[in-house]
Amino acid sequence: MFYREAGEFKSSYTEDSQTFPIALDRYGYYAVLAAAIGIVPFLVNDYWANAVLVPFLVWSMAALGLNILTGYCGQISLGTGGFMAVGAYACYKLMTAFPWLNIVFCIILAGLITAVVGILFGLPSLRIKGFYLAVATLAAQFFLVWLFNKVPWFYNYSASGQINAPERTLLGIPITGANTEPWTQYLVCVLFVVAFAWIARNLTRGALGRSWMAIRDMDIAAEIIGVNPLKAKLSAFAVSSFYVGVAGALFFSVYLGAVEVTEAFGINQSFLVLFMIIIGGLGSVLGSFIGAAFLVLMPVLLKNILVGGFNWETSIATHFEFLIIGGLIIFFLIVEPHGIAQLWRIIKEKLRLWPFPHGH
Amino acid sequence: MLTQQLLFGIEVALNGLMTGVLYALVALGFVLIFKASGVFNYAQGIMALFAALTLVGFQNGQIPFAHLINSIFGTHVHHFGWHLPAILSIMLALAVMALLAIVVEKLILKHLVNQEPVILFMATIGLAYFLEGFGDLMWGSEIKKLEVGLPVGISETIEGFTNDQFGYGFFIDRLDIVAACVAALLVVSLTLLFQYSKIGRALRAVADDHQAALSVGISLRFIWVVVWSIAGFVALVAGIMWGAKSGVQFSLSLIALKALPVLMLGGFTSIPGAIVGGLIIGVGEKLFDFLVGPMIGGATENWFAYVLALIFLVFRPQGLFGERIIERV
Repeated sequence: MFYREAGEFKSSYTEDSQTFPIALDRYGYYAVLAAAIGIVPFLVNDYWANAVLVPFLVWSMAALGLNILTGYCGQISLGTGGFMAVGAYACYKLMTAFPWLNIVFCIILAGLITAVVGILFGLPSLRIKGFYLAVATLAAQFFLVWLFNKVPWFYNYSASGQINAPERTLLGIPITGANTEPWTQYLVCVLFVVAFAWIARNLTRGALGRSWMAIRDMDIAAEIIGVNPLKAKLSAFAVSSFYVGVAGALFFSVYLGAVEVTEAFGINQSFLVLFMIIIGGLGSVLGSFIGAAFLVLMPVLLKNILVGGFNWETSIATHFEFLIIGGLIIFFLIVEPHGIAQLWRIIKEKLRLWPFPHGH
Repeated sequence: MLTQQLLFGIEVALNGLMTGVLYALVALGFVLIFKASGVFNYAQGIMALFAALTLVGFQNGQIPFAHLINSIFGTHVHHFGWHLPAILSIMLALAVMALLAIVVEKLILKHLVNQEPVILFMATIGLAYFLEGFGDLMWGSEIKKLEVGLPVGISETIEGFTNDQFGYGFFIDRLDIVAACVAALLVVSLTLLFQYSKIGRALRAVADDHQAALSVGISLRFIWVVVWSIAGFVALVAGIMWGAKSGVQFSLSLIALKALPVLMLGGFTSIPGAIVGGLIIGVGEKLFDFLVGPMIGGATENWFAYVLALIFLVFRPQGLFGERIIERV
């Protein structure tokens, strides 16, 4: 009843092209934002921050990045884990080499470094596409992980081969290192994710985003109407890798504090992020969040129910996780290739027309 | 007289050749499915793992889903208490793979006809995850020994012979020789099947042109079941070889991932290409690790194949033996 454009009069182009044209949507978005920044930090405890909220935010960031490349530009990448590793190690090197440098700049610079690496590994995309490219990005995955494992310079010659985030503060509050409070971890991640989701949304509906989508829908035709494939593809790789790199940096410095590269950034993480965007919705900012929420929450839920509730072995819960993820991927590809985000869109469309479904 | 170093290098290359044969076995399954249905079946590696798990399960008389049953009902069942002979369990495992082919066709492929190849590729990634969870749930995830009576261990004949000839004994695993023979046999019989049997002709027709094949009365869906069953059979053979070599475990599927660069090199549509690509990757990664590895920290086998494929792709996207890629708008 209330979910209507009726009565909303747009008097400028800016108003007309806003992301949430319906008032209820807009207020809902503001409410969620206000709650996430203003209320949740006061309520969050250690378990919720470390098991649910912070991983959700970090993976959302990675999913946003991959969604730009795969969902918007149509280039499949199986190297997300490797690029996250670049972000994490770049952040570590910057933090230890320039102790005076603010952590926020470290994270953003780490993203920029990852963008450069992403462009490098994106070069073959100019010649090859589809699953050929997917396999080519596996090279990035395996090579980068090997590199960070074998070249001691990257982990500052530490005996364990791990990297540990030293303590860095922002406005006097520690946000990395052992003394970090759950709420600061959460707040830092939330601010990063909100800012970059906003940028992603606006990038994807601008000229750059439209050129990506043209390449995705049919690259040859896009080329003919004047989209420069070199620019479009490489910029997609750069922006996507930047996001993934920032996600990797947050994952290492704010979330975990210490990582070992093969464990934290293996091929399974690459698949995990790919699954997030398939389930959440290819080519949708909201979809990246839904997918990340789904795949972060599901294992936690399964573990709580099967292991905590029924007292089953942990390994069975893990097997079920694989089984369900695989099944869901196939289900979504068959039934709704645009993921949960599309279901949400359909629901909203129905709501707008309710109670007169043939109102057009 | 050859130097010790060179002889050692030759031995490394020979061992690489044998590993390459095993890569090629997995790659063969990919090529079969790709030729007949245009599906890039990522799950081929997991199919090999699943086939090997099933084989071992039948052989040892394991009760399927034993862990799950025990968890639900609080029982302690694990084994039926029998041991099936190898040949019978291979037959049963084959039947399971054929059943899998039917299920895949009915539940997945049928619904994804005419979708973009990339969507189908992602669906097979989903299938891979599903099968991994399913296989582990059914048979348990611990490392299992696979024994179907294949000869294992270092071949003394070769070692003795080369020792007499060059003064340096080559260490070659008997199993590798068997694998090479099996691979050769498989390629010959598959080629014969494709060239001279009625089904083979239908397969080639489908590979050539789906629409035209349909219009002369070839059932696409039947062909898909056939081709997935054959791929299941190839997966079983690959699973047996890898399983006998290093035990049936999850890393099997990671090794199978190497079949992807093999395909890039050999071309997606060529059976000989799969074999040649496998051999190049196998020898290449072993030699690279032997020659360059010590200088840059070793363990280069993890990425060498992928990087080689990446560089290769940039110059020749269709692979060594693949058909030229022609794009139309």
